[in-house]
Parts: sequence; structure tokens; C-alpha cells
Amino acid sequence: MAVDDDNRVRRTPSPPAPLVELHGVSRSYGGVRAVDGVSFSVRPGTVHALVGENGAGKSTLVKILTGIVQLDEGELVIDGESRRVGDAQTAHRLGIVAMYQEPTVFQDLTVAENVFAGRHIRTRLGTVDWRAMRRETARILGELGVEIDPDTPVRGLGVADRQLLEITKALSSSARLLIMDEPTAALSSHEVENLFATIRRLRDRGVAVLYISHRLEEVGELADIVTILRDGRHIETRAANELSQGEIIRLMVGRSLDQLFPKEDVEVGDVVFKAEGLSRGGLFADVSFELHRGEIVALAGFVGSGRTEVARAIFGVDPLDEGQLWIEGRPFRPRSPRRALRRGLAYLPEDRIHQGLIQPMSISRNASMAVLPGLTPGGILRPWRETALARRFMEQLRIKASSPSQIVQSLSGGNQQKVVLSKWLAAEPRVLLLDEPTHGVDVGTKADVHREISRLAAQGLTILLISSELPEVLGMSDRILVMREGRLVAELSRADATQERVIAAAAGVAAA
Amino acid sequence: MIAELRGLKPQQIAAAAFRLREIGLVIALGAAVVFFAIRAPNFLTVGNWQDIARDVAIVVVVAVGETMVVLTRNIDLSVASIVGLSAYISADYLASHPGTALGVAALIAVGVGTVLGFVNGLLVVVARIPAIIATLATLAIYRGLSFQVTAGDQVSAFQLPDRFLDLAASKPLGLPTLAWFAFAVAIAGSAVLRWTRWGRDFYAIGSNPEAARFAGIPVGRRIILAFTICGALSGLGGFLWASRFPNVDAVAATDFELDVITAVVIGGVNVFGGSGTIFGVVLGAVLVATIQDGFTLLRLSEFWKMFFNGAAIVVAVTIDALVTRRLQDALRRRRAEVLAARHAAAPPRPEAAP
Repeated sequence: MAVDDDNRVRRTPSPPAPLVELHGVSRSYGGVRAVDGVSFSVRPGTVHALVGENGAGKSTLVKILTGIVQLDEGELVIDGESRRVGDAQTAHRLGIVAMYQEPTVFQDLTVAENVFAGRHIRTRLGTVDWRAMRRETARILGELGVEIDPDTPVRGLGVADRQLLEITKALSSSARLLIMDEPTAALSSHEVENLFATIRRLRDRGVAVLYISHRLEEVGELADIVTILRDGRHIETRAANELSQGEIIRLMVGRSLDQLFPKEDVEVGDVVFKAEGLSRGGLFADVSFELHRGEIVALAGFVGSGRTEVARAIFGVDPLDEGQLWIEGRPFRPRSPRRALRRGLAYLPEDRIHQGLIQPMSISRNASMAVLPGLTPGGILRPWRETALARRFMEQLRIKASSPSQIVQSLSGGNQQKVVLSKWLAAEPRVLLLDEPTHGVDVGTKADVHREISRLAAQGLTILLISSELPEVLGMSDRILVMREGRLVAELSRADATQERVIAAAAGVAAA
Repeated sequence: MIAELRGLKPQQIAAAAFRLREIGLVIALGAAVVFFAIRAPNFLTVGNWQDIARDVAIVVVVAVGETMVVLTRNIDLSVASIVGLSAYISADYLASHPGTALGVAALIAVGVGTVLGFVNGLLVVVARIPAIIATLATLAIYRGLSFQVTAGDQVSAFQLPDRFLDLAASKPLGLPTLAWFAFAVAIAGSAVLRWTRWGRDFYAIGSNPEAARFAGIPVGRRIILAFTICGALSGLGGFLWASRFPNVDAVAATDFELDVITAVVIGGVNVFGGSGTIFGVVLGAVLVATIQDGFTLLRLSEFWKMFFNGAAIVVAVTIDALVTRRLQDALRRRRAEVLAARHAAAPPRPEAAP
């Protein structure tokens, strides 16, 4: 399926020596192996695509290559020499440059200053050489076919322009290995074309490009070599023209479903929640769906596809530009989380540290937070009621702690997540939005959370489950909605859903 | 001292850290008392202690309000201007209506403060001006208002009824009436923070505003409430100020915010919100007033008093930062130990074994 373009045909038959080789590279985070014995090599003058689901270990690998995190085991060989990339400066000196998905910019500085941040060009007198910086920035921007004035402050730029700025930054240094993480996420097709032309030019100049993307059509169009990761392990490295998109998807998902999730079969009831034409500028558009009583509906898609943004807007965290919502047939306008809670919605946010918990407070204070008005007639606290509430959930969710007065900061990640869940369950919602409820928690906690979700659905609670883990999505849900680039692109029933179908929809390719 | 915490449970470590601050203040206070008792001959007299109590009293009344604001990750710099303006308005009213009940005059002062505090809250929450700037602006505006209202006049002690001046002079049970006011306010403030929903919300908002919003806490309304309480207590502080310093003019209580904020900060209220107790703040106020009094008795220059105020803030905040870091290290170590114990209990995966 991959189209051979003429650039690739010109390639010499005997490939040059590898620029970077990974030998059995591993890295764990608190017992979880994010990268597990990965070996492959990247050669100069190639575009090397790195693909895999969310959590496959791509980002960790990039961080290892750029010296942001250190490998636990294995070896990095650069230019045939074993190297320790201890920090970002070392990586930079070796010619390894990364541009990240989330632009890291100085808002109040100009484009040119951002491009040369930390390595300003100097004149012979040691002063900043503004002319040279502007000239160089303008040259690169011209090469990309972008019209941005190097003197514009970054604050005034849109998302796409910032992405281009990030690319400009990477191009302005003499990179030998250029790592690009989803560089096209916010670009128009015209800008993507220019970017690809630039990437090809760099490749022909001998630069190695490690290209990370969920858009498999881009991978087919651009890559010479494809490496597939799954669950932190290296699955396959092959020439791009030997791999069809269907095959790539199969290799990405080939995860076994045997560690299955105990979703009970429940009779699905009436429509409880209805969304129609939800839009928020640049983030998602025209999202419509219905949820029924006792139903678990998964919202699948890659990170950045707009799933979290939809949930936040429904819960009243961010405003909606357009669209209407109904809860049990009555219209609902989300204006604040407080109102949403009152109408029977609850939202377990993705970011447990910043949005879920008050770290220095106790379990009981956190658990009672969303229901405090109900527990405190007249505004007077009744600590014993909060303690009783916390005890109930500690038992129900098997929270391991010495007492309800233990502060959550001292709990493990899994137990913290259970406290967050307690907080929302205490509110006795009718519709529960769960955003990555098992992200970064251990297997035992995961099973506890799944059992609880299933039990709640059996009792008639309606659940919208945002998850990046396909086995979880397939195992837990009655129905799967798939988002891509801010739009709902597919709806799959439990019977029809397979890992391949979900990924194919999320990646925007025809079903395998 | 931190090493001894290692055997404790995490919540005990946290509680110990708070106690550490209060114990530290008590020790500093003890040291100051001993030092001044030796060096300043009149320090250990009942009269001197009553003077200190009168000084502390007004600081405590206003500092209780300031504490609520600081807990929500905000600050009110305008308290001294509110004290000054409400002191003049209530004293002027008493001077012109000598028959008025003191309660009515107090209500006028509190009313003025409530309105001004509410305005601060609106500026911060509705106009979204950072508190430090909003209240710097109102510090100037409210003080300017004082000049407008007084029109260069001043209320003098002889114009005021004796029962008003008695608030400062009388000493039921040996403690000045002012101090009894402060005592009541501190108890009430403590109770609000400990036993009411909005008190709890102040801590939650200051610790993590985003999580507070997600949990349905009306963050904006609570912050307005904190500023309003702070204004009301500053108004009450103004009423007490006029009885203690009955010659009230437009510049009354200028720079008083420095004393209040010093008491709050060295009393252990985190300047980034979320933690602190009224008890600590009272100790902080007592320490500041004791040392100021001692300096006066030793006839030290104004420089040393100001220097002490500033230095105390620096020392307190530095200690806070150190203690917080140590506490977090201790908690992390505890968690690591727990995880290690759990791993030891479960057999490791075969491929994970080296």
C-alpha cells in the first residue's frame, strides 16, 4: 500500500553505518517497564518512523535519546561508540535534537529569540547579533514556506505557527538526528507538504529523522524504515515499503485480551445523557452522542484527539462554543463544575495530581470534598460523617491506608486514584465521566477499579470511559466511540469492536 | 530532628511539622522574654505586659482576617488603610453623637470594613486583578479616602466618651478589654477554619485551586468571602484602634499592614496558601509585639524595629521552605519503603530478576 516515491528509489543499496544503535535499552518507572529491552538502529539519511499505541514507550525512548531520562539497562551506541547521554546538553553536542508535541516557547520573546534561545548568535564584541539571528530565522522559515516575521512576539502566534516555530528551532541547530514527535498535529495540509519537503531535503543531506506519528498515511508517505513498539517492547523494524498499513496496525495492537475485564452484561436502559453538535474552536467539532442508563461507553482515540477536551466542556470546566446537552431529557448548559455536579454529572480528571486531589489533606477530607454541602447542614463540619464516608469507600475500593486521616500525599499512586474515585462516587452521580481512570496504576488497583466500574454500571450508573488502553476499552464498554482530530469518526458495538478496528478508525485508515 | 521522624506514620510526620513551627515560636518567645528580662529593667512588670497585650490585640484581630485571605493564596495589603478609615469614621460618629451605644459605633466600623473588603474581593475575583496589585491599589485609594473624609481634621481623646476609652484602659480579670476582644476573635476565627465548610474550602482553594474547582467548590465566592471577612475584622480593628489611640486623623494606622502580615507569616501561614493556623498567628503576633516592646524599653532606634520585622519574615519563610522540602523527602522515603516492602512480599517476575 505504501507508495514508493522517487526519493526512495535513488537510495544506495549498501546502507551507511548506523548513527545511533540501541542495544537492549530498558527503563522502568516505579516497577512499570516503560521501555523493555528495545534494540534497533537508526542510519543517517533515512526517515525512521516510530509507531505504537499510547503508552507503547515512544516518548520514554525519545527522552532517553535526548538525555532527559537515563536508561536502567542496555547501551546506546552513537557513531560506533558506546555513549552515556547523561543530560540534554550532551545529546545536543552529539547532534541529537528533538522537537516536542507540546511547544516549549517563551511567550514574550520574539520568534527569532525563541529560535536561538540559550544559544544567541554573538558579534565579535560579544553582544547579541540581532541581524544574524533574524536573517537565519527568516531563511529557515522561508525554507518551510511559512510567512512569519522573525520579530513577532510568540504570544501572538496560533497553535500551528508555534508548531512551525518548534520545527524551525530544531532545524536551526546542526542536527544529525532530528526527532519529531507528532509534528503535523496542528498543521494545515499546505504546511504539512512544506514540512515533508524540508524533511526530505534534510534526509538527502544525510540527517537521520526519527519520526513519531499516529497518522499512518504520513508514515507510509514519508518513512524509509518503520519501527513498531508495543507495551515498551520492540516488535518489528522493517523497510516501510514492505509493510502495509493494515500490517502496521496488526503489529501495534497484537496485545492479548486474556487479562480480561469483568464487565457484567447489563440491560441497557433509556437515554440518560444526550450531546448534540458540541464544538469548541480548534479542539473538537460537531460531537454528538447518547448515553443510556447502565451503559459503559468508551471514548477512544489517540492522545490529543479531543477526548479530554470534550469531557472537560461537558463538565463545565471549559466553555462550549456550540452544542446542546440534555440530562434525562432536560436541557443542561454547563457553566461550572459546581452546576454540573448538581445536575448529576461527575468527572474524574486525567491529571490526578493537579486536578484530582488536595495532596496535603487527609483521605476523608478529599473524599468528602464534592459532597461537603450535603454533609454539612448549616455549614458546620461533622468530621465523623466524613470519616464514616471515607471508611465506607476505603472498604469498598480496598484503599490501603492506616486510617481515614492519613494524608493522601503519602499514599501510592493506585490508592490516590481510588481516593479520587471515592470523591466522585460519593457525589452519587447519574453520569460519570472517567478520564484515564487506570493510567499509571498497578495491576491490582486496575482490577479493583474495573470491578467497581462494572458494579456501578450494573446498578444503573451511566459511564463515559476515556481510555488509551485498548484492552480496557474493549473489555469494559458496551459501545465504543472513536475520536480523531476533534471529531467522532466511528461508533462500534461491543460485538463489532476489535483492536484493529479501533486503531484503524483512530488513525484514519480503512479498516484492516 | 527530621531523622527522628522516620519511624512515624506519614500523618504523624505532617502533624509534627506543624507542631514544630508552634514549638519554635514558643521557644523564640521564651528566649526573647529571658533576654529582655535581663537587659530591660521594666520588662517584667504587669503594666508592661498589659501594654504588650494591647499592642497584640489589634494585630491579632486584623491578622485573623488576613490569615483567611492568605490561606486562599491571596494577600490583602490594604488592611491598614481600612483600619485607619474605619477608626476615623467610628470615632468621628461617637464624637458627634456622644450618646450612641458603643455597639452601634462598632457596627459602623465593621460595616465600613465589610464594604471595603468586599470591594477588594470583587477586584480580585471579578476583575481578575492579582491580589497583590489590587490591594496595593486599594491601599492607596482607601487611604486617600481617609484624607477626603477627615478633610484635615482629627478626632481627639477629649471629644470621645470615657466608656469608649475604657475599652483600652479597663482590665477585667487583669487582662485589657482589648485583649479579650482579640481572644474572642481568635477563638471564632479558629472555629470557622476548623469547623465550617467555608473554612475548609479556604484551605482547599489555597492548596490546589484547580482541584477545588473540579470538586464543585465555588472558588470565586469563597475568595470574595475571605476578603470580606478580612475587611470586616479590619473595621473592628479600626474601632479598637480609635479607643487605644484616640487622637485619630487621616494617617492613623499607616504601615500597620506590615505588623499584620509579619504576624501571619512568622505565625506559619504558608504564603502560597493552603496551610496555617490561627494559634500560630497569635503566637507570631505575641512574638513580634514582645520584641518591639523590648526594643522600645532598650531604647533601640526605629531602624532596629523595622529591621527585626523584615528579618523575621525572611527567617520564617526560609524555615518554611526548608521544612516543606524535608517533609516531602520524608514522605517520599516512607512511600518508597512501603513499596519496597510490598515488592519483597510478592515474588518478583522471573525476567525482572537480574
